Amino acid sequence: MAILVIAEHDNTALKAATLNTVAAAQKIGGDIHLLVAGSNCSAAAQEAATLNGVSLVKVADAAHYQNQTAENLTALVIANAAGYSHILAPATTFGKNLAPRIAALLDVAQISEITGVESADTFVRPIYAGNALATVKSADQTKVITVRSTAFDAVNRENAAKIDSISPAADTAQSTLTNRELTKSERPELGAAKIIVSGGRGLGSGENYHTLLEPLADKLGAALGASRAAVDAGFVPNDYQVGQTGKIVAPQLYIAVGISGAIQHLAGMKESKVIVAINKDPDAPIFQVADYGLVADLFETVPALVAAV
Amino acid sequence: MKILVPVKRVVDYNVKVRVKADGTGVDLANVKMSMNPFDEIAIEEAVRLKEAGIATEVIAVSCGVAACQETLRTAMAIGADRGILVETDVDLQPLAVAKLLQALCAKEQPQIVICGKQAIDDDANQTGQMLAALQNWPQATFASKVVLANGKATVTREIDGGLETLEISLPAVVSTDLRLNEPRYATLPNIMKAKKKPLDTVKPADLGVDVTPRLTTLKVAEPAKRSAGIRVADVAELVNKLKNEAKVI
Ligand SMILES: Cc1cc2nc3c(=O)[nH]c(=O)nc-3n(C[C@H](O)[C@H](O)[C@H](O)COP(=O)(O)OP(=O)(O)OC[C@H]3O[C@@H](n4cnc5c(N)ncnc54)[C@H](O)[C@@H]3O)c2cc1C
Ligand SMILES: Nc1ncnc2c1ncn2[C@@H]1O[C@H](COP(=O)(O)O)[C@@H](O)[C@H]1O
Repeated sequence: MAILVIAEHDNTALKAATLNTVAAAQKIGGDIHLLVAGSNCSAAAQEAATLNGVSLVKVADAAHYQNQTAENLTALVIANAAGYSHILAPATTFGKNLAPRIAALLDVAQISEITGVESADTFVRPIYAGNALATVKSADQTKVITVRSTAFDAVNRENAAKIDSISPAADTAQSTLTNRELTKSERPELGAAKIIVSGGRGLGSGENYHTLLEPLADKLGAALGASRAAVDAGFVPNDYQVGQTGKIVAPQLYIAVGISGAIQHLAGMKESKVIVAINKDPDAPIFQVADYGLVADLFETVPALVAAV
Repeated sequence: MKILVPVKRVVDYNVKVRVKADGTGVDLANVKMSMNPFDEIAIEEAVRLKEAGIATEVIAVSCGVAACQETLRTAMAIGADRGILVETDVDLQPLAVAKLLQALCAKEQPQIVICGKQAIDDDANQTGQMLAALQNWPQATFASKVVLANGKATVTREIDGGLETLEISLPAVVSTDLRLNEPRYATLPNIMKAKKKPLDTVKPADLGVDVTPRLTTLKVAEPAKRSAGIRVADVAELVNKLKNEAKVI
């Protein structure tokens, strides 16, 4: 039994979620192969070979894998799927875009965002915004799975796996990337940060968000996050959104400022180790999950906090 | 061009579901049901394309129990021209829905299928991508902007690092993200009009689709509850707790 893990990368470096996905593959058990499809992606392939648990890195290097479109990657994976009992991808926007396409062509179900491995065919996954955990058993020959990264500790990088190059599949030419605007930040990535400072509608404006929360994040070395309301109102870009339909995070410390704690927001952060809530409404639902709740006006509290830490 | 919009009947997003004591599922008795929020956005987008003279017909499709008729009526009240109910009591999984939609695409020949990115009950985020694969169509998931022109769709997508724009040939599947649009409220006159719009019912067998589930749910459990925390009096106490009790800063 061998497992194929699809690496997420930007041709130079792996995305962190790949390391958690390999960890989930280790729990399933079996030989683990990592697929790196990209363009001039040898740096990413070299890095892939260092991941513990990986026995073989398969590299498909071609111009039409530059932008990682689902159509082209699916064709490649389907051409190389024989012999694999499991195909895994991270449950990031990359993996969610790709994995169902692969599953459909293999005529198998896809198992979304697993948080636990019970056995080679039985997995745990959250449903209803994490308000219930389903244990599901697959009857399919091949299991196509996406992995929630916060549920599996990243593997270490002490390995030197073999790297094989494989031939690219034909370019489907169905999709062309015309623009990519990635948010630039010196701060840690939301998914990998130890501390997250997250702001909601209570901040009132993008300007307030930046002048109040950035100094706090700077002092704590934290990543910045937001509720949907803060994103919708244009305070911050979409990739800041934490929640059922945004990013799922589980840092050591999550500080929610001016966030009410709707079910959909809690779905994205309630696995954090320590939760702090600052909200002027004592009945805000966020306090039901907060380890430390401070009922106070954020406009006074946050600067005081910056001064005190 | 015709637009097909799959709409799912789900537990209303305001409801906090409870797991049944016997662990067989969640308790849906007397729970408010609504259209999946992402599908409302999909219908709204399709209706706007029709209002802009780009689309000629908007067809809403719902797969599931007879009560999905209500969801289709809601879609028609927003502006869909007609509805198709694929009626079954079988618990449908995304692959089965994708196959049903594939059969309907063969019949209706839409140029674009606009679906939600994820159903908020199963949180699967699969159906649109699966349909695109089965049709061998391109896909643009998690859309926050859609422009149709010259047989192409230009779609801005919300991705983990920010935004990207794809150009895909039609026919294609697009799945909606939250910021694509703000769905209108259905007005009373439109709700009345929707009652007269055509609604066809078919069965999976009529479409030649086997909808047998591939995944068996062995149990459904409540997630671990967080133990209740404390209220701190002020910033000084908060910082003290974080440093000396939780030891996280
Ligand atoms: C399909 C769907 C998916 C969704 N997905 C997500 C998701 O992924 N992530 C997400 O976050 N939301 C999501 N939502 C939205 C969610 O339901 C809430 O609307 C949203 O989380 C509310 O954001 P908020 O807490 O910032 O705003 P509000 O609920 O408006 O809360 C603002 C809070 O700020 C407090 N406040 C105001 N002023 C001050 C002050 N001066 N000092 C201190 N406190 C103050 C208020 O007391 C209030 O509690 C989704 C909704 C739907 C329907
Ligand atoms: N039973 C269904 N009936 C109609 N549309 C559905 C159904 N299930 C899923 N869909 C569509 O597929 C999208 C994604 O659902 P899912 O893959 O289940 O998360 C939804 O937003 C709907 O547009």
